[in-house]
Amino acid sequence: MQLLDIRNLTIELQTPDTVIRAVDRVSLSLKEGEVHALVGESGSGKSLIAKAIVGVLNKRWHITADRMHWRGVDLMRLSNEQRRKIVGQDIAMIYQDPSRCLDPTAKIFDQIAETLPEIQEKGFFLKRNRQRKDRVKALIHKVGIKDHEKVLTSYPHELSEGVCQKVMIAMAIARTPKLLIADEPTTALESTTRAQVFRLLKSLNQLKNMSILMISHELEEIINWSHGMHVLYCGQMVEAGPTAKIFSQPRHPYTQALLKSLPDYEQGLAHKEPFYALKGTIPTLQHLPIGCRLGPRCPQAQRACVVTPKLTKQHGHSYACHFPLIKAMK
Amino acid sequence: MQPLLKVQALSKSFNLRAGIFSRKRFAVLKNISFCLEQGETLAIIGETGSGKSTLAKLLAGADHADSGQILLDGNIIENNGIRNQQCRHIRMIFQDSEASLNPGLTIGDMLDDCLQYNTSLDKQTRGEKITTTLSKVGLLNDHQHYYPHMFSGGQLQRIALARALILDPKVVVLDEALSSLDPSVRAQTVNLLLKLQQDTGLSYILITHHLSLVRHISDQLVVLDHGEIVEYGKTEDIFQDPQSNVTQKLLSC
Repeated sequence: MQLLDIRNLTIELQTPDTVIRAVDRVSLSLKEGEVHALVGESGSGKSLIAKAIVGVLNKRWHITADRMHWRGVDLMRLSNEQRRKIVGQDIAMIYQDPSRCLDPTAKIFDQIAETLPEIQEKGFFLKRNRQRKDRVKALIHKVGIKDHEKVLTSYPHELSEGVCQKVMIAMAIARTPKLLIADEPTTALESTTRAQVFRLLKSLNQLKNMSILMISHELEEIINWSHGMHVLYCGQMVEAGPTAKIFSQPRHPYTQALLKSLPDYEQGLAHKEPFYALKGTIPTLQHLPIGCRLGPRCPQAQRACVVTPKLTKQHGHSYACHFPLIKAMK
Repeated sequence: MQPLLKVQALSKSFNLRAGIFSRKRFAVLKNISFCLEQGETLAIIGETGSGKSTLAKLLAGADHADSGQILLDGNIIENNGIRNQQCRHIRMIFQDSEASLNPGLTIGDMLDDCLQYNTSLDKQTRGEKITTTLSKVGLLNDHQHYYPHMFSGGQLQRIALARALILDPKVVVLDEALSSLDPSVRAQTVNLLLKLQQDTGLSYILITHHLSLVRHISDQLVVLDHGEIVEYGKTEDIFQDPQSNVTQKLLSC
């Protein structure tokens, strides 16, 4: 069943001079139990999309979409209360900047206890308190924090970024949501803990059938266990499809550049040899080029590229390019 | 032959508050020694809290060691916590280039400050020096008049590199400078670093979590665990055949 189905999501910011289109007609669909990855550079609108789904963007951002369905219910048409109820129950999000997203005035224990669902508690309040303590402790252990005593009684500023990140993850998985949106969950973590967090997410996906929308630029990790991948560039969806297909046969020049910048991808690269990289830098949102936004940096741009390319779909693999890269068929 | 940078028995410990009056000494680095040749890259890996960043700070002169020597070209520049020379020859690039640049200064002013405080060049030569350094890292001369907020993340990284390179250092310490970048920007920055190394024989000390990058650009590898060197040698050898448990655990994931 289609869990999340978004068609032509556009997010605009009204400024005194012009309207800035930060996300331009992005479509995204997610089935139950699937892991999808949203890949792109910073400033390409990944986090905006995630926040638009959860509905935490403030009023300055103007969101339009042809449809934004959550299990058949259109989220755009619901009132705020109804939407909050659905989102609060089924969708959880791990935010990007953990130490800033936690409440600085409350202890970690209280913050986690707040997110626990209340249905399962029985007995008098002393017993309930003990139950709650046990469950918070279990959650904290699950994300790999060992000395729970110290962490639970401290404030966010006393903890390191990595521990804060783990606390965020614990809060997100407390209600066992149907969809977990993870916005760069492992940027502050070192390699061993990162592997641990990925293992945890993977097991939640397999055992609890939880869908995950991963936002990350750690491509190496994504390759191994995501089913689908969406590549964004400057707010435009440039390529989407099954991960394996995109990795074996990228059609868009940007995707190819992205993959080639990984040390692991190109096996033939000699020690200390330069990587393949596109020239130039990402344009700022105020000065976006017309047509295909990759245009000025693209190695094979032609005159036709000043018109925005349409999304072409082939066997579930879609790309937006006038001159897609096609490998010689064997 | 004399190695470019030689670190001998470097140790550092912090005072921690244990009770109201009592204090506890906590050793962050114990007996660290390694060498770095000219034009080579040394990578330092380890878990958080293993003392990587402290080591970077000691090398760049932002902090003092308790004991041990740092030798550059055979001259002692730090002996048991006393620094002889200031930060001219070992420069550092920080993790967050956006936060490490002063938002109130233009790029030209910022680079000029570095030269003013560390050299005795006159105004014209300083201007020339800034121009050449900016072109070295792939920026234009006009960028001197820009403020940091006008640049994108990749360009800011170049500016941070320009600030490190303007004093013609021999060693540049990169403390997680590459890990917060996007893959394509990272590729560009790595290319720039490699090109500079080939052209000018610069040495790097790279501190990162990114193992495939370490394997690609570094010649030697130091594995730190709780302030001690558990493994030190050629990068390729360690990746092929890690000896200690810590290294095996780090490399396996």
